[in-house]
Amino acid sequence: MNREIAYEKYQMTIGIECHVQLDTTTKLFSGADNDARDQEPNLMTSPVDFALPGMLPVLNRRAVELAIRAGKALNATIAPISRFDRKHYFYPDLPKGYQISQMYQPIIIGGFVEAPLESGETVKVRLHHAHLEEDAGKLTHQLDSSLIDLNRAGTPLIEIVSEPDIHSAAEAKAYATELHRLMTYAGVTKGDLYHGNMRFDVNISIAPKDSKQLGTRAEVKNLNSFRSVERAAEYEFLRQAELLEKGESITQETRGWNDATGKTSPQRSKEDAQDYRYMPDPDIPPLVLSPEFIDDIQSQVGALPGYFRATWQSLNLDKSVVESLLDVRQHAELITAIQDDYDDDVARRVAHWFASVVRAGEEVSGPVKNLQVESYAELAQLVIAGKLSSTAAKEIFVELTESSETAESIAQKRNLIQVSDESAIQEIVSSVLDDSASQKSIADYLAGQEKALGYLVGQVMKQSAGKANPSIANQLLRERLAARKSSS
Amino acid sequence: MKRISDYSTLSAVEAVRQSIARAKAMSEYNALISLCEDRALDRAAKVDAGEVTGRLAGIPFVAKDNFLTIDSQTTAASDFLRGFSSPIQATAVERLEAEGAICIGKANLDAFAHGGSTENSAFGPTRNAVDMTRVAGGSSGGSAVVVALDIVPFALGTDTGGSIRQPASFNGVVGVKPTYGAVSRFGVVAMASSTDTIGVLSSTVSDAELVMDILCGPDERDMTTIDDFFEPTVEPLRSMKIGLIKESMTDEVDSDVVRCTNDYVNELRAAGHIVEEVSLPLLKQALAIYYIVVSAEVSSNLGRYDGIRYGNRADGQSLAEIYGRSRDNGFMPENKRRIMIGSYVLSSGFFDAYYLHAQKVRTLLIESFDSLFEDYDLLIGPVTPTAAFKLNENTADPVKMYLADIMTVPASLAGLPAISVPAGESADGLPIGVQLIGPQKSDAMLLGIAKQLEETI
Repeated sequence: MNREIAYEKYQMTIGIECHVQLDTTTKLFSGADNDARDQEPNLMTSPVDFALPGMLPVLNRRAVELAIRAGKALNATIAPISRFDRKHYFYPDLPKGYQISQMYQPIIIGGFVEAPLESGETVKVRLHHAHLEEDAGKLTHQLDSSLIDLNRAGTPLIEIVSEPDIHSAAEAKAYATELHRLMTYAGVTKGDLYHGNMRFDVNISIAPKDSKQLGTRAEVKNLNSFRSVERAAEYEFLRQAELLEKGESITQETRGWNDATGKTSPQRSKEDAQDYRYMPDPDIPPLVLSPEFIDDIQSQVGALPGYFRATWQSLNLDKSVVESLLDVRQHAELITAIQDDYDDDVARRVAHWFASVVRAGEEVSGPVKNLQVESYAELAQLVIAGKLSSTAAKEIFVELTESSETAESIAQKRNLIQVSDESAIQEIVSSVLDDSASQKSIADYLAGQEKALGYLVGQVMKQSAGKANPSIANQLLRERLAARKSSS
Repeated sequence: MKRISDYSTLSAVEAVRQSIARAKAMSEYNALISLCEDRALDRAAKVDAGEVTGRLAGIPFVAKDNFLTIDSQTTAASDFLRGFSSPIQATAVERLEAEGAICIGKANLDAFAHGGSTENSAFGPTRNAVDMTRVAGGSSGGSAVVVALDIVPFALGTDTGGSIRQPASFNGVVGVKPTYGAVSRFGVVAMASSTDTIGVLSSTVSDAELVMDILCGPDERDMTTIDDFFEPTVEPLRSMKIGLIKESMTDEVDSDVVRCTNDYVNELRAAGHIVEEVSLPLLKQALAIYYIVVSAEVSSNLGRYDGIRYGNRADGQSLAEIYGRSRDNGFMPENKRRIMIGSYVLSSGFFDAYYLHAQKVRTLLIESFDSLFEDYDLLIGPVTPTAAFKLNENTADPVKMYLADIMTVPASLAGLPAISVPAGESADGLPIGVQLIGPQKSDAMLLGIAKQLEETI
């Protein structure tokens, strides 16, 4: 159906569950290495992950600490007592026959996320809770067999469950993006989306705008990019609207997302829903956390995105610049450090360079090598002092990000320092004005053709091998020509 | 029966050879599933060479076959794990080996420790040490019989609802079920995690005391272990106030059992202790709670035996068929019964009515124990309603079999230490034990009193 009509008639309601992989050295309940990226199958496992008889879970303290950090980033409460439960199902990716999760008393309660929208507004999404749980392994299906890789089995996750406070695809994307920022800034996760460090399940229902009741929801599982969250929400909205328009009803079901076709398709319906036979896990005593311990851990959380947005107000940056800077925490911290140690002008210039570099990259892969505050501040100061053109500064910036040299020495080496000494430029101006090739442009300019000055400035730049400060050259030429005009 | 001290005149190699020879000579009792002959002799040679020393240097022992041991199979008496070879050992075995003890074999049990007679074993039933026509008790039946037959001076067992105490009673040996969390469960095939305990069966109380002193203590691989509280008692003991549980001395209990319990009570009094009748009205409800909570945990703990990564695996055209056939072949009927009950009580819509309700009553039971321990140092009662029953007598009637656990499960549900010590014989010469139950961490005190009486008798 027509997209506009659909949006006019229906409202969507979305709740998102997000699995965040915790940045721990070892797994949630075993000593096996947690970083299974690019490893041979089943090497990153211990007898606990393999669920040999007699093996017992031992809770990873670091995972608990990271959950406590997450709680701070999410404006949530950390439960003084939380517990672990078993969720049972039979599948070869689940070696114990149950997943250890927190069904009844999760570690993180409530909270909210305020996500900035591209429109400049903010959407506030309340959180129901977030709980600790272990990941399952991975199955690869072949023609007549399936292969099991348990490297990921037991990887620590927190699952963040939102309230249904999201009402557009753009809001869904903004929420997912902000959640990623919060979790990486708080040091909870590496945030590597390509390797599934954050996975989103989007629950979406639609209802006529005047309806007080929510519609039947469908859950689109396992989205691993912000863009796919947005596209899946948009697709589902239109799909459901079309069904309702045809007088059909929505089936409560789990759907999969195909990034290539941009479509969702049914996976499981409510009828085949499993009975997970939840049960408190008797192998793990209740997790009791003192207020002192929680405070101690939370005091280690650095500045969060909201802090940077607020402190950068005085820099007058475009929203898009702000958000692209925030893509890399270390860049954001650098800008704020420059702002503190120098001034807004210096910080604003550096901010724009970083934003342009990050935007130019295909994928934000992480911080640049050189994160020295002084390097970039010096570069900005050279521009402010007129010693570098903005074009030259950009060129130097690119090298500076990977270099331990100073901005000035790179500029010297590349011969990019501008000449701002008036007497030196005056000599070149004289030589240009005396040049016979310049006479037509001089006459044109004196006759009132402003554009003709461009040629003359170009000549000055050319003779100075690009090092003359163009604005000074411009100014001197105007002065000399004005003198001629009045004397003639 | 031989005590640990009786081995002091033997070299470790001689001790192990004698143990193994006796085990082979007594094979008709079917108390052992396998022998660890090579490893045992190898370790014995090391002890004799002075490479391994300790409080149990050169002392042979047997581990119930649900303890993981290396260089031998660990079957849990099931077809599922027949031939299963573990790459790691149970903490309890490690601790005994660190003191120089030598595991010579793995004892028979009810498969996955489900049962009270060692008849539910995929390796056939173990016979009672005193009367071969009768059951050994269970599930640590093999462990009790190897001690009673003088094959080893002590054996490791597990007790989830009476599995050490009841076979100890049936075979006339000492059985110790410690406070929950006193001994690490790491490396022991789990039955019901919230009541599983690791303990010892031995010929004397003082030997049990020595072994418990070695076994107790925290283990970073088991989060439910508690601090090391175990301090063997030093005589003389003060006069204790002891409660005799009146609900365990009714007409439903065999008169021989009542008589032996009363005899033991009189000995306690003669030794200067005060014994009074007390009431534990929840005794009967405890059995119902036990079979709900334990079955729930059993159904969960057995989920890993799916035939995919290790153990028995049957062919099938689909995943469901592989699962179904592997589990059908690998589990005994009693295992399946408990999986069914456990899955049922945990299923959506029944969880509150069964599991949660049972846990509430369990809390009440713990509270009633607590209030008894405000006035009494420990409690006493029979271990079982009868002496060892005949082989096959109860196999057709699971409920009757479960009823035999009625006196042992309350301490399990409350995580309390309880020991079974020989207290006499039935009219036809069958051993009968008596049970001492104390508050948490009173394990050493219970053993101290039993030791005092053992020395008097």
